[in-house]
Amino acid sequence: MRHVGVLALQGDYAEHIAMLELNDATVSEIRMPKQLDDVDGLIIPGGESTTIVQLIDIYGFRDKLVSMANSGFPIWGTCAGMIVMADELTDDRPDPLKLMRIKVSRNAFGRQIDSFEEDLIFKGIDGNFPAVFIRAPIVIETSPEVEILSLVKQKTEMPVAVKQDNLLATSFHPELTNDSRIHKYFLSMIG
Amino acid sequence: MALKSGNKKNNSSKTETGTWKVKVGLAQMLKGGVIMDVVTPEEAKIAEDAGACSVMALERVPSDIRKDGGVARMSDPSMIAGIIDAVTIPVMAKARIGHIVEAQILEEMGVDYIDESEVLTPADENNHINKHDFKVPFVCGCRDLGEALRRIGEGAAFIRTKGEAGTGNVVEAVRHARTVLGEVKRIQNMDATELMALARDLKAPYDLIKDIHETGKLPVVNFSAGGIATPADAALMMQIGVEGVFVGSGIFKSENPSKMAKAIVKATTHFNDPEMLVEISKGLGSSMPGLDVRTMPEDEKLAQRGW
Repeated sequence: MRHVGVLALQGDYAEHIAMLELNDATVSEIRMPKQLDDVDGLIIPGGESTTIVQLIDIYGFRDKLVSMANSGFPIWGTCAGMIVMADELTDDRPDPLKLMRIKVSRNAFGRQIDSFEEDLIFKGIDGNFPAVFIRAPIVIETSPEVEILSLVKQKTEMPVAVKQDNLLATSFHPELTNDSRIHKYFLSMIG
Repeated sequence: MALKSGNKKNNSSKTETGTWKVKVGLAQMLKGGVIMDVVTPEEAKIAEDAGACSVMALERVPSDIRKDGGVARMSDPSMIAGIIDAVTIPVMAKARIGHIVEAQILEEMGVDYIDESEVLTPADENNHINKHDFKVPFVCGCRDLGEALRRIGEGAAFIRTKGEAGTGNVVEAVRHARTVLGEVKRIQNMDATELMALARDLKAPYDLIKDIHETGKLPVVNFSAGGIATPADAALMMQIGVEGVFVGSGIFKSENPSKMAKAIVKATTHFNDPEMLVEISKGLGSSMPGLDVRTMPEDEKLAQRGW
């Protein structure tokens, strides 16, 4: 059975855990780097990216996550998780982990009153996917090795789901819906 | 659930803002985090750098409001705007209970969450704001489950137990959190036949009681507030079962705010790990001075404002 870690420093990790358990995965909350040795993949949940990066550095996750990502360990970041995984941000903080060759703009749609729901087309999934965007980021630049899986219509046709080999990032929150297709997609990346 | 059907559903490819899901969703993103009261942009930066998941912008922290007396109102919009410009984390601000216009002003300014708060002097002693009328989400205080569900019925997308703000004394926060969470457990174990009588007794919407009976949890995120002054206090509230904490006077009325803020953030993540909590609690300097709630006259208690 696939054993998935969910980074449980801050944010909506409980929602991811519930979704993974519904899909028959074994799940562990990850609060310290050594716990990563026991899992086959990691989700970095939604939350506040400045808080999550702060705690990543305090507890020494950074180097370990970079080397694991480079050696094929599957990681999926949702919203704040996408920011954490980015190569570069349009803001000067936080300092992202630079796992994926993407440049990301934080709070790209505005403040909370601009948060929205939109049905998206997601490459590899049939039909629409009900996406929830909360103070969400978007991808504003990608390198050729990055595959774009989904574009948003709101305000601008920009990428909101991207994949680079073993790494997946989404601007939105599949964990806040009842639709587990993207969780299944990530589980299939773990193998 | 009745509450959700009141909001329009996104069934085409068109985009929709201000839905119940995005209102509750922001609170879900704050879980496991610390929301800190700040009175200047400089304090907001200190809070953000310490790992706060959000800041509450206000003119005076509750312990000063308590000391100064008089009428406490919404903060000056220019002061709130200064804090919005200073940080990238979500910014909350307080409106008086029932003060629809203060809430409209805060929504117009782009505040991310409005706290309809008993810390300010109530503007309406009978009615809270009809929060369904707004696109911006609201957080409200409660002392028990009935109060929580009345606020959710009015459209609050996030609940915090009230505690007793500005005291640095966690006892009321514990009482209110245990009351709310205990009632949730009790409902879960009740026979469905008993739910209407319970709705009558709690003076709470029946649909929400039924929802808790089915899911075993509140329909929105629940944080603790009012009296948290140390990392151990924050971890205590998390162990009792809340999903995150508000810290008001506890940070910027302590001897070393930046250190205290960082320690409370860490304790909220590692609330279940005594070994970590030892390290986190070391050498923080003195906490804010505390007040004994038992000797406090009833009319000085902020928690009894609102119903």
